[in-house]
Amino acid sequence: MQRIMNDPDSIVDEMLEGFLKSHGDIVKRTENSRVVRTSCSTDGRVAIVTGGGSGHKPAFVGYCGEGLCDAAAVGEICTSPAAKAFLDAFTAVDSGYGVACLYGNYSGDNMNVKMAVKMARKLGITVKTVIANDDVASAPETEREKRRGVAGEIFMWKCGGAAASMGADLDEVIRIAQKAIDSTRSVGIGLSPCTLPAVGHPNFVIESGTMEVGIGHHGEPGIAVCPLEDARSIAKRMCDIVLPDLPFASGDEVAVLISGLGATPVMELYVLFNEIENILVGKSIRIHRSYVGNYFTSLDMMGASLTVMKLDDELRKLIDMPCRSVGLTQC
Amino acid sequence: MQVCGPDAVLKGKLRMETFRNSQGKYILLAMVKGIQDNKEYLGDVDGLIGDGDHGMNMNKGFSLFEKQFGDQEMLFSEGLGDLAMILMNEIGGSMGPIYGTIFTEMQEYLEKTGSESIGIVEFTGALKAALAGLYTIVDARPGDKTLVDCLSPVVRSMEISAEKGESFTEALTQMKVSALCGRDSTKDLIAKHGRSSRLGERSRGVLDAGACSCCIILTAMADSISALLTQEDV
Repeated sequence: MQRIMNDPDSIVDEMLEGFLKSHGDIVKRTENSRVVRTSCSTDGRVAIVTGGGSGHKPAFVGYCGEGLCDAAAVGEICTSPAAKAFLDAFTAVDSGYGVACLYGNYSGDNMNVKMAVKMARKLGITVKTVIANDDVASAPETEREKRRGVAGEIFMWKCGGAAASMGADLDEVIRIAQKAIDSTRSVGIGLSPCTLPAVGHPNFVIESGTMEVGIGHHGEPGIAVCPLEDARSIAKRMCDIVLPDLPFASGDEVAVLISGLGATPVMELYVLFNEIENILVGKSIRIHRSYVGNYFTSLDMMGASLTVMKLDDELRKLIDMPCRSVGLTQC
Repeated sequence: MQVCGPDAVLKGKLRMETFRNSQGKYILLAMVKGIQDNKEYLGDVDGLIGDGDHGMNMNKGFSLFEKQFGDQEMLFSEGLGDLAMILMNEIGGSMGPIYGTIFTEMQEYLEKTGSESIGIVEFTGALKAALAGLYTIVDARPGDKTLVDCLSPVVRSMEISAEKGESFTEALTQMKVSALCGRDSTKDLIAKHGRSSRLGERSRGVLDAGACSCCIILTAMADSISALLTQEDV
């Protein structure tokens, strides 16, 4: 393992220190060292909170900023933040208009958020939640509630955050965030495992020359392991999983996000996007906006995820609104 | 007939069948020691199908409790609440809220009874409340290879003992057997929740780490309470 680090047990704290020092114009620290908030004011509007384990940079703290999330609770690597961190994130940014907690479907996060919401109620803070479940490969369509949340969370934050910044009330922000994630589907392909710094070796295996289709953001097993294919075949495989699930159909307008999983060169992500675009155009699906880069990673895993969101007039307007954060900025 | 007189009850059976809420420190520190002594073991069990951090995380939370509260006397109910807050605030992941809920529910139940002496009825009620509270935050039920497979038979065992009119000491002995059997039952199960559920069939043949820590905690509780019950001068 070749890593730039000090004590692996303090890697999350040291990463946060560096993050706060380098992006002081966008985020700032709070009383809880595991809660980062936007440097913007949340006065007079609904606040957006998210959170999750570390190792997914720029998620989650990287999506704190204007027009996106207002605070993020930070957990250990691949471990949910404590309930107290979620609670402190709520209190840090609530201005009396309520909090929309938009996060991903993992058992630890579910429990900690649920407890934090209960504690917030005692403090007089109203919190409503939307749980992202865009990872198609993690459970069949009939059990969508079991699916994990992956890079589709970014579209959920984008639309929910835009709605909040326009002054939508809590129920409206929740409706929009739910609609955004309901319109979104993702799949991941892993080419190599990832390593927790404190462990020092991968705790699962992807043999050289193979790839795991449908892999999760923490190395959760996918739906198939097969020989590594060329970019064209990988793109087809990903589209074949994602497109029929919603389903996306001819004439649809979509936003597409390709994220690297951490160790795949960005160059290859563009090679993949080129193929995905060809497939979508061939199916008469129009790409309204596209994002290619390391948006939601899994430590040092090689591979990529594809996320597609179906747009209507409402979601198109929200996805087009400006935002400013470390992970996503658009004018 | 006179054996049933108030003096006999006070000096005899009743007196031996309850412990005082104010003796909480002894029980709580026994629970802490149980986790500390088994830190490596829990890490090893978790490493087989999980990420191996269960022992480290539990030890971190319980040791922090000992550091902050270990040198002061505490009510059993209050100590459970303080331990719960530390686990919920410092541990995160899944175990923070799970054990946080279990101990908070026990605390709230015991405080509601308002009783200084805790007997089989109060203790059983507290465990029942813990399981009911746990069910409000997790979907896991018996058979899903989680700590529910340890806690649930323990609650049932205490209820049966209470109904049969067994002594508190007898009930605690039986409770420990139930905890062990429950823990061991997770070996042949397939994980349905949490991180190891993603392994499906591959999770069979290994104990669930949460059930192991639950068994350690409940056994420490039973042993320390039994010790308090048999003390002549309490």
